[in-house]
Amino acid sequence: MSDHIVWIVLFPLFGAVFCALAGTFSKRICYPVSVFSMVCSVWASVQTLIESTKSSTHEVSYILGGWTIELFPRGVGIEFRADLLGALITLVVTGVGLIVTLYSYVPVQRETPAKEPMYYALFLLQITGLAGIALTGDAFNLYVLIEVAALTGYGLIAMGSNRAAAATFNYIILGTIGASLYLLGVGYLYLKTGTLNMVGIREVIEAQSMYDSPSIQVAFVLVLLGILIKMAFFPLHAWLPNAYCHAPTTTSCLLAPLVTKVMIYVMIRMVLTVFGVEFSFQSTWWTEVLPWLVVVAIVCAAVMALAQREIKKMLAYLIVAEVGYMVGGVWIYNYYGLIGSIFHVISDACMTLCLFLGAGIILEKCKTTHFDGLRGLFAKMPLTMIGFFVGGFSIIGLPPTCGFFSKWYLITGGMVSERWEYMITLMFSTMVMVVLFFRLIERIHLAVDESGKNLGKGHGDLGLSNEQTRFDEAPLSMLIPLLIAASIVLIVGVYNQDVVDQIEVFLRKYDLPTGVNYK
Amino acid sequence: MKKAAFLLVLVIGLLLALAVRDFPAWGDPNAPASISPVASHFVASTGVDTEVPNMVTAVLADYRGFDTMFETVVVFIAGLAVVSILRGGSNRRTRDREFVVDFEPDLIVTNTVRLIVPVIQIFAFYVLAHGHVSPGGGFQGGVAMGASFILIALSWDLKTALVRFPLESCFTVAALGIVIYAGIGLLSMALGGEFLDYAHLSQILPVSPEMARYHAMLGVEIGVGFTVTAIMYALYASLSTDGRMQDGL
Amino acid sequence: MFEDGSIFNQLLVERLNYFIYVVLLLIGLWAMIAKNNLIKKLIGMSIFQTAIILFYVSIGVKEGATIPIYLSEHDPHGTHARDESNETENPVSGPQVLEASLVAKYTNPLPHVLMLTAIVVGVATLGLALSVCLRIYRAYGTAEEDELLEKLEKEDSRNAVLPIRQKSRRRFPVQKSRSVTQSKTVRSEEKSVPQKPKSNRRRKTSTNAEPQIPQSGSLNKEKKDDQKPTRAKRTRKASSRKSKGDNS
Repeated sequence: MSDHIVWIVLFPLFGAVFCALAGTFSKRICYPVSVFSMVCSVWASVQTLIESTKSSTHEVSYILGGWTIELFPRGVGIEFRADLLGALITLVVTGVGLIVTLYSYVPVQRETPAKEPMYYALFLLQITGLAGIALTGDAFNLYVLIEVAALTGYGLIAMGSNRAAAATFNYIILGTIGASLYLLGVGYLYLKTGTLNMVGIREVIEAQSMYDSPSIQVAFVLVLLGILIKMAFFPLHAWLPNAYCHAPTTTSCLLAPLVTKVMIYVMIRMVLTVFGVEFSFQSTWWTEVLPWLVVVAIVCAAVMALAQREIKKMLAYLIVAEVGYMVGGVWIYNYYGLIGSIFHVISDACMTLCLFLGAGIILEKCKTTHFDGLRGLFAKMPLTMIGFFVGGFSIIGLPPTCGFFSKWYLITGGMVSERWEYMITLMFSTMVMVVLFFRLIERIHLAVDESGKNLGKGHGDLGLSNEQTRFDEAPLSMLIPLLIAASIVLIVGVYNQDVVDQIEVFLRKYDLPTGVNYK
Repeated sequence: MKKAAFLLVLVIGLLLALAVRDFPAWGDPNAPASISPVASHFVASTGVDTEVPNMVTAVLADYRGFDTMFETVVVFIAGLAVVSILRGGSNRRTRDREFVVDFEPDLIVTNTVRLIVPVIQIFAFYVLAHGHVSPGGGFQGGVAMGASFILIALSWDLKTALVRFPLESCFTVAALGIVIYAGIGLLSMALGGEFLDYAHLSQILPVSPEMARYHAMLGVEIGVGFTVTAIMYALYASLSTDGRMQDGL
Repeated sequence: MFEDGSIFNQLLVERLNYFIYVVLLLIGLWAMIAKNNLIKKLIGMSIFQTAIILFYVSIGVKEGATIPIYLSEHDPHGTHARDESNETENPVSGPQVLEASLVAKYTNPLPHVLMLTAIVVGVATLGLALSVCLRIYRAYGTAEEDELLEKLEKEDSRNAVLPIRQKSRRRFPVQKSRSVTQSKTVRSEEKSVPQKPKSNRRRKTSTNAEPQIPQSGSLNKEKKDDQKPTRAKRTRKASSRKSKGDNS
């Protein structure tokens, strides 16, 4: 058995501790140490993904402390388990972490001066927590890792301005309610099943056919409610927009693509691995309720995004809408919907990363992300804008970006399950995204202001002085990560079939309706 | 709004009460959690697997040692985050005069504390080191140890305590605690086991694999104790002074 | 009412522990959602977490069982076991696993371990939340949520119009100093004149739009009458002063 799976978590952990230790002597050392540990972590997660594709069961299991299942009952030790889904999500987490770490050099120095060692320590611990969530096979260990990710998130956000600290308080209250409800749900599961291992819980539920047990059902509701709060599903999203909008640049670049998506991964994990497909989808009423909640969520979030006049806040509401997509993809309950959901987790992480990196550069160069400050930006920094709009086009769902393919699967899922309301909502929100991004493009390229008044003289004149439109690109340490992220969006889009193949291999283990009767 | 909140609370309460009827009764020896193979294994085989009589410590530091490592990391995170949140902040207001307290350390209090603190610290060491055979362990010992420093800060002032235990060394000690914990895990990995598989430490320790687990647990608890001591004290120091590290309560 | 099998018996007698935890949990949740003072919210958070801890600990209770530390006669490596094997001169091949009848005599250690972790996480969260509270108090001078929301709203709407003001202010001197043609200055003046009402309009729209954006604490955005917060503030100041005085 190889140890790569545990190195994914250990590299950032040791990096963080090293930053905290060495940072008191030299602040310069933090950045290279962080980059190095993230590179190692990405390498380890690539190795894990390769191992799990090669193994016959398509998963890598690693029991910490040597309490192997062969000698001890399942659940005696804590298990790290990377099936294909877990390995893919881990790769996304560490990859995004690496890109944001590369990007962090300038903004961290500017926004949190004199606190870099602590910032990098918390930053790496955040990645540790998120990667651990994607890997762990133990329900309680998941809670601890959720709290690791949450506490570092609070710290990273509140480290910024006073406004960010005010937004963090709400995040702490809601985040604690969410995590505690999850913990309570796990307690109910433990009370009834006597184990904490995810697979172990499902085995007990299936062996004793506890599908009608009220406590298991309440446990499901509690766990689901907790995760929905954590992933900012629409009526429970109150913490997200302000927290992400006022957070320091690097923080929002790291948290926005990852936290909500990892929580959706947790939901998929709970549904498929812990409670089982049969319990989650067939024995209860929530399969009827949740898709309608999703419809409301997507519509409201999209409309709210439309009302924003600031890029970061608009993006925050876009995340809420995207969360609605993915939750919907799971709860329409079929094969294609789940493929779409999982693929959208991956592609949404890439494109949200792209957008937030772009917004961070805009904030760095223009000191504002308000729509009115964007005029003439394309002339000023064309590469940044290209990167930003690759992300934007992916959110809209233009081929060949990855957003197109994931949305394609989601819509296919909606059609197969005959969930027309979900399909129509997806179409509607796509429309809204088109309006949002083309309005931005208009701001950036044309001289028309909010009221439709033309400020320039026409023929490409934006009514700006030469000084304002002079080529003035962002520093390379920020630009290159953005371009890498943009190219990843395109690459994942072009090679989407390879990703989907892996997801299909993962989903084939579960008994999901495909909706197509070949007989 | 308050009514809506009340309704929400009521709904959740009903939901929880719904499940309560399905639970095993209070103290039921045949409850699923008590007779599960995992629980039975912990009770029956802890002594065989690890030579540690206190099952809670064995489960905490060995069977579920990975949880505990991250628990230590959570404490570390809290310390880092609190200090970095309170330090700085753009428009720091000048301090209100009403919060300034000028007083001399009280003679009786300081002399009592002078007597008590060594005892507390020795007791903390005892709780930490004796965690294998009696209730106790790294967290409890660490908290007691941190409390002794807080007591110094309370009875004299924070400056006196900071002379003895500066905030910078707090983080060094806390990080060192995690290094000790994870380092023992790494060492066992380097000796051919899995991460935190202490049994493999018997290759370098002159004891049996079970006894190696015993000693490694002690090492791990010492690491936990380091982190908890330093962070409890750092939390007090930052929170009581609003991050300025002077005056204080 | 409390005879065997009735719902009251089930809830209040046999499962009183779970009932108590539910009540505590609801008190904590209510305080977190509905209380106006940030510190009270945190107290609610503590109660909420403690309720869950009580729930877990009550899972671990087993009738007729002792704490999960081996008595010396049961300890496979204890002195007692060793003496016995020497006395009978029947060297056991190794330490023996406890029999099932003895296993029933010890409570389940797992819930206690889990709750040790949860307690530590709770302490960490509380410390962090308190520091955020301090930071908020330092920056905005209040720990009441409704006052805080008002101040945040003001700050947000001020920031929403900031870029325009900055721009117009910046562009003006730049063009003047270059001594541009007459027509251009006229143009820029024309531009800056209609901008004033526009910025006013934006300020108005943004404050209108603000309520639908869920601010921090949209769950409990309650508006009290104006006098109450100030009175509360004054009394709080007085009480804090008083407590300081007591300390010294």
